[in-house]
Amino acid sequence: MVIVALLAFVLLALPSMLSTYWITVFTAVAIYAVVALGLNLLMGRVGLVSLGQIAVLGLGAWVAAKLLFDTALPFPAVILLSGLITMVLGTIVGLPALRLSGLYLALITLMMAGAITVVLAATDFPNGGPGFLAHSESSLGSGATIRRPAIAETDPAYFRYVVVFVALMFLLALWHVRSKAGRAWEAIRQSEPAALAAGVNMTLYKLWAFALASFMTGVAGALLAGNVGQLFNYQFPTRDNIILLAVVLMGGIYSIWGALVAGLLIRYLPALLDTWGLPADLLTILFGVGVLQVLLTAPAGIVEQLPKDMARLGRLVGRVVSRT
Amino acid sequence: MIEVENLQVRFGGVKPIDGMTVTFPGGTCGLIGPNGAGKTTFFNVLSGFVKPAAGTVRADGEDLLSMADFRRARWGLRRTFQTEQAIEKLSVYDNVALAHEHSGESRGSRHEDVLGAIGFVGLDVDPQAKVGTLGARERRLVEVARTVVGKPRIVLLDEPAAGLPDEETEHMGAVIRQIPEHSGALVILVDHDMSLVSACCEVTAVLDFGKLIASGPTGEVLRDEQVMRAYLGTEEAAS
Repeated sequence: MVIVALLAFVLLALPSMLSTYWITVFTAVAIYAVVALGLNLLMGRVGLVSLGQIAVLGLGAWVAAKLLFDTALPFPAVILLSGLITMVLGTIVGLPALRLSGLYLALITLMMAGAITVVLAATDFPNGGPGFLAHSESSLGSGATIRRPAIAETDPAYFRYVVVFVALMFLLALWHVRSKAGRAWEAIRQSEPAALAAGVNMTLYKLWAFALASFMTGVAGALLAGNVGQLFNYQFPTRDNIILLAVVLMGGIYSIWGALVAGLLIRYLPALLDTWGLPADLLTILFGVGVLQVLLTAPAGIVEQLPKDMARLGRLVGRVVSRT
Repeated sequence: MIEVENLQVRFGGVKPIDGMTVTFPGGTCGLIGPNGAGKTTFFNVLSGFVKPAAGTVRADGEDLLSMADFRRARWGLRRTFQTEQAIEKLSVYDNVALAHEHSGESRGSRHEDVLGAIGFVGLDVDPQAKVGTLGARERRLVEVARTVVGKPRIVLLDEPAAGLPDEETEHMGAVIRQIPEHSGALVILVDHDMSLVSACCEVTAVLDFGKLIASGPTGEVLRDEQVMRAYLGTEEAAS
C-alpha cells in the first residue's frame, strides 16, 4: 500500500516539484536502487557477498551504449538485451560462489571488479566511434550523446520512464522472493546442509541468484547510459563496489525495500552534500559509522529500524502532549 | 531396506566409520552408540555430505552413493539434523513446502500434502507463523514434518528429541512410530535416549568406533554384554 502510494507520488507529482538537476539526481537514485537490489538479493536472500556489482553495472552500461550507437533497436529492446548479456557476464563473475563463500568470495569478486575496471579503462565506453569498441577520442568533443527513447527525451519524461522499469525490477525481485527460488535461497542462506537435504540444487540456485542480480544490474546500466548521455570510466570506480556494500547493509538486506534506501544513500546524499558545499568524502566517514551502527544495533537496516524509531518517537510525543 | 557393506570413511588418519556392514530391514530402526561412534557420519554418508573411501550402500536395491546429493531428496531420502535446521525466516508452511517442491512432487497436491504433514506431526501452530518465532519443540516438529511430506522412502532422524522435556519426547516418539505406516518410509533413529529408542524401534544396530558391534531386536541388543561394555567401559579399562 505504502509502496503503491509512493510509486504514484514519484511518477505523477515529484517531477514537477524538482529542478532539472534534482530530477537527474533522482533518476540516478532510482537506477542505483536497482543495482542495490541485486546485491540486496544476493546477500539478504542467499547469503552471498559480491563486491563486483558496480563493475557489472559498468558492463551493462557499456553493452547498452554499444547497442544504442550501433543499432536502431528500440530502447526497451536495448534494455532487455543489455540485461540478458550482462546476465551471462555477471554469472561468470559469480562462478566462484559455487566453491567459495564469505570473505573469500567477497575478495574474488572485488578482484574481478578490479579486472573489469582495468579492461574498461583500456577500451573506454562507446561514444559513436568506429569499430567494435565504438570509441574514438575525436568524437569526445563532438557532443555525441547516447540516445533516449523517443517518448522520454526530456529529463522529467526520462525520469518517469526509468521509474517504470525500476518498478518492474522490484516486481521481478518480489516475485522471486515469494516463489520456489526464494524459499530455496532462504534455506541456502541459513544452512547449506539443510537445503541439500531438502533437495535444493545448490549450484542451480546460487547461479540463478547471480544471474538475476546481474540481469537487473544490466538493466540499470542501460538506464544509466540514457541518463548521463556520455559514459566515462570514473563513473564506475572500484571503491564504489565497497560503498555499495555499505549502503546496502545500511538500507537493510532482509527486505527488498532496503534497496530503495540504499539508492538514496549512494546517490541522493552526495548531491545533497554537494549543494551544501560540503566535501563528498565526508560520506565515506558517514557510511563507516552507519555500517557500524547497523551491524551493532539494527541488523535489519534503516528500512526496518526507521519505522520502529518513528513509532517510538510518536508514542513519546503523544505522552508528552497528553501530559501537558 | 538399506544394505550397507564394508563402509569406510577416512578423515585424514581418523576412521570414523571403519568397515561397517549392516542391514536395516524396514519399519523404524534404531542406531545407537557412544559419542563419536560414527552415527552422524553414517547419516552424512547417506546424505552425500561425506564421500566414503570404500564400501557400498544399497537402498531398495539402488546404489545410493552414485546419486548426486540433492537428487537423493528427489529419490526419497529425508533427514533431520542433530542441531535442528528449520529455516527461521520461512513460515512453517514454506519450510515444509520447500521439501515438497524440491523433491519432485506434483504441484497440484502441494497444499494438501503440506498441511497433511503439519497435521501428522501434531503441530498446533498457525502454518503461516515464521519458524524463528517458534519454540524448540515446534521447530523440531517442523523438521520432522519436512521429512514426511510427499513420498519419503528413507527418513533419517538425528537425535530428534535432544533437549526436549520428557512429555514432549513422548509426543515425538509417538510421531516417529507412525512414520513407517503413514508414509511407507524406512526410519532410522539415532538417539541417546534409550527409552525413546526402545519405544520406537523394533530392531536396533549398535556402532562403536565405526564398527557394528551388535544388531537385532532392540530389547536383546540393549541387554547385550558387548553393548553394555561399549557404553559403560570395561573393568580392565577402568582399573
